[in-house]
Order: sequence, then structure tokens, then C-alpha cells
Amino acid sequence: MKSILTIMKREFHAYFLSPIAYIFLSLYLVLTNFLFFQGFFIAGEASMRNYFELLPWLLLLFLPAITMRSWAEERKNRTLELLLTWPIKDSEVVSGKFFASFLFLALALLLSGTVPISVMLIGNPDEGIMIASYIGALFLGGAYIAVGMAVSSFTENQIVAFIGTVVLLLVGILLGHEGVIAFVPSSVAPILSGLSLEAHFNSIARGVLDSRDIIYYLSVIGLALFFNTQSLESRKWE
Amino acid sequence: MSEKMLEVTGLTKRFGSFTAVNNLSFTVNRGEVFGFLGPNGAGKSTSMRMITNFIPATSGEVRVDGISGAENDLLMKKKIGYLPESTPLYNDMSVEEYLRFVGELRGLKGAVLKRQMNEMIDVCSLTKMVKRPIGHLSKGYKQRVGLAQAMIHEPELLILDEPISGLDPNQIIEIRELIREMGKKKTVIYSSHILPEVAATCDRILIINNGELVTIGTPDEVTRQFTGKTTFLMKIVGDHSQMKTGFENLAEVISVQIVPEDSAVHVKIECNADESFGEILFDTVVARGWKLRELTHYVTTLEDVFTQLTGSKE
Repeated sequence: MKSILTIMKREFHAYFLSPIAYIFLSLYLVLTNFLFFQGFFIAGEASMRNYFELLPWLLLLFLPAITMRSWAEERKNRTLELLLTWPIKDSEVVSGKFFASFLFLALALLLSGTVPISVMLIGNPDEGIMIASYIGALFLGGAYIAVGMAVSSFTENQIVAFIGTVVLLLVGILLGHEGVIAFVPSSVAPILSGLSLEAHFNSIARGVLDSRDIIYYLSVIGLALFFNTQSLESRKWE
Repeated sequence: MSEKMLEVTGLTKRFGSFTAVNNLSFTVNRGEVFGFLGPNGAGKSTSMRMITNFIPATSGEVRVDGISGAENDLLMKKKIGYLPESTPLYNDMSVEEYLRFVGELRGLKGAVLKRQMNEMIDVCSLTKMVKRPIGHLSKGYKQRVGLAQAMIHEPELLILDEPISGLDPNQIIEIRELIREMGKKKTVIYSSHILPEVAATCDRILIINNGELVTIGTPDEVTRQFTGKTTFLMKIVGDHSQMKTGFENLAEVISVQIVPEDSAVHVKIECNADESFGEILFDTVVARGWKLRELTHYVTTLEDVFTQLTGSKE
């Protein structure tokens, strides 16, 4: 357990040792605020619905940029060899890295608190829905992070990791999208939307914390982290 | 506590049809400085990766202080301090941050962690560098950070893969001193493709080529093992047409090589005798009325042995 914390501390700290984190964080904040407030006054409604509709797409670009380096860099610099010969379990390293990225996501959401604060100052939004949406965002983001890390663990090229993650997540989102659902037989449609990363988020964002949605995200996270650990183990298969 | 710090039995690693390490067996005793020697691509790094349990062996077994990595991975790893080839470090961290990070992962905490960090900074002469990002350090300093990392938890067995490659001569001397210092207290295994380096620091050496053990022993033993004959080098002034037969008439002489030059003749003689044969050679020269400029007993070095052993198969 202590090792997980040590790894997490180092990884989280490492984000701030390179300019990439600052660049993406600023970009994320500017983009969320701009896109939200652009439509906010036109809609004339004190709600964050627009914001949470955008969120899966913004995180789609933001989080893979955060996770792309997690393993790719360790592979490229060969620090992985040292890391995996220290007396720590592979699963502890994976967990530590996951929680570091998760903390970074939480920080990004916290810093974009300008949006809910503005909405609350101007009008009288439904706070229950807002809180539920934020919880949903953490679950959705957690799933993105886990997938991003798993993809990163298969390559030593950060760009490949980034693009691979975006494509994979995009498929995960589009599975349940109206445009896709319309083209498949009605018997398959519920299965696809049941697998969709976005559909479960939307259902949480409506203000209903359904255990099915939460179990879905926990499964995605668990599965991706499992693949991640296996990919580290794969050095032993050759 | 077993006398044998490391026991390697029948270690084999295949990558597809390529055999990187083939049936390697050896033992390293507690307190030894053990040199792992071979040309590039001989299987040194692969062997070390198997010993540290970074990759599993195709077959064979490694026991560190009696513990096999297959049985208890974490316990075995605690006993080892490892510096992989090319010294991979986190360049974005400062020396201090990095050592604290490694120390914590090694299970050190509080006052013990602080003490060990200070000790490593002291031993590896990193005092002036503690706040610097590792990425900004010179190769020699990075190597020291790598060594500090490997020793922070006072491991019983230190495994260093090419710790001196890529360093300049001054840095080599410093790192060599450091290794020698460590060797007084710990068991050290280190690999190199530079022979004099290993001959100077190691109690015993192992030569590996094409993944197979070529020979093992003290530097002296290894040298003697491959030199049955004694060689003399001479520089003589005189009529070179007579020299070849003149020396070949001596019973002990195996071969004579003659290279005439402007002022003198270079003669290389291999014989079945010891060093004292030089006196007979001297007498021969005098008896023939030649003038002797130089007479050297040529000592076969480990380098010769190494070239002979590892070069011939290519």
C-alpha cells in the first residue's frame, strides 16, 4: 500500500516538472470556459447541461495527453527495467500511476470550478444534478485514464499512445451514439448503448446515480488496469 | 546465511530460435567482486536481467542467498541492488527527490531513510548535486546516482551492468574506486567488455561468449589456463640470415619469428620453458657474436586471452 502512495506522489509531482501538464491544463480551462460561456447566455438557463454534454469530448482530448507518457516514457528511457526490479508488485505500480492521473483529473475539474460558481452566482441551478454530473465525470475520466494507460503500456512512442487511446475511446463513445444506434438492428441497439462510455455518463448526468452505471465504469477501469498489468507481465512471455 | 551469495544453474534464455544465453552455471561467494566479461552481445545483460528476475529464464535457476525469484520474487529483489545498462534514471527529478523515492520504495522511512540518503550522497560524492535535476548531470554523476540508487537499502548483492561504459578516464577511476570500496563490504557482480578494468578490480572473472561460458576463475588462473608457453621478444643487431636457425637449434624453442628492420632485427621466440630461459637466449646471442639491444619476457595478458577466446569463434 505504501508503495502505491510513493508511486502516486512521484507521478503526480512529475506532471508539474514538465511544461506539458501546464499547457494542457490551461488549454483545458480556457476551452471549457470558452465553450460553455459562449452558449450559456444565449440559452439563458442556469444549468450546466451544456458543460456536461461537452465534457466527454473535452476529456477525450485532454486525458489521453496526460496518460500517454505513463508507460511509453518508462519504456523509452528504460526506467521500466529498474522500476520492475525494485521490490514492488506490478499491480502496485499500475495502481499508483492510475491514482496520480486520477488526481490530476480531479485537479482539472476543481480548477474549472469557475463554471459552476458562475452558474450559481447568476441563477439557481439544480445542485443535485450538478453533483451527480461531477461524480459521473470522475467515473468517465477514470475509465479514460485506465484505457489510456493500458494503451501506453504497449508502446514506447507517446504519440502512438495518444492517438491509439483517442481512437479506442472514440469507438467506445460512438458505440452508443444516436448516429450509430440508428443503423443497427433494434435488438443490438441496447447492447451497444449499454457498452457505450458516453451513454452511462449521460444517465448519471441526468441526476440518477444508478449502480449499473457505476458498476459499468468500475468494470472498464478494472479491465483496463488488468490489461495494463498483463502487458507489463508480457515481458515474461517471450 | 549461506556462503554462496548467488547460485546460477543451467540458466538458458531463448528468444524464438535465437539462444541468447545457453546453459550458464556459476556460483558467486559472499564478499566477492565478480567480473562478468564478454564482447558486446555475448549475453551479459540478458543474464543479469534473468538474475534480477526482470525477465524469466527459459530454463535453469537463479538463487540469491538461497532464495529463488520464482518462489519469492519480492524477497529476492530486496536482497539485490541493480544498476541496469545505460543507467536509466528519472531525469526530471532532483538527485535528492530521486533517492528519497527509491528509498521509500525500498521500504526505508523516517530517520533511517534520511541517514541512508545522506550516506549515499556522501559515499558517491553527490553533495553539490543534491538539488540538481538528474537530467542536467554529467554522465559520471548520473552513474553515481545510479550506484547510490542501487545501494541505498544496503543490499547484500550488487549487480552492475556496464557501470563504467561511456565514462571518461577520470570518471572511470572514480567509479572503479567506488566499486572497489563497495566490494569490501558487499558481494558485487559487474559486467564489462573492457578487460583490464575487470582484471584490476575483480576477485574472480567469468568470460562469456555467444551466450556460453568460456571460462571462470581468478584473473591469474584464467591467464595461466590459456598460456602453456612462454614468449620472449628480442631486438638484436647482427646477421639475420643466421638467427632463425641459430635459435631453432635450442631444444626448448617452439617457434621463431624474425622481422629485420633497418638497424636491428626483431625476434619473437615461443618456447617450452620458464622465465629463466632468457639467460640461455642471452648466452646464445653472445656466443654468436651478435649484439643484444632488448630482451623482454612477454607476459600474456588477460587481454590476449580474451581476444583469443572471444575472437576465434566469429
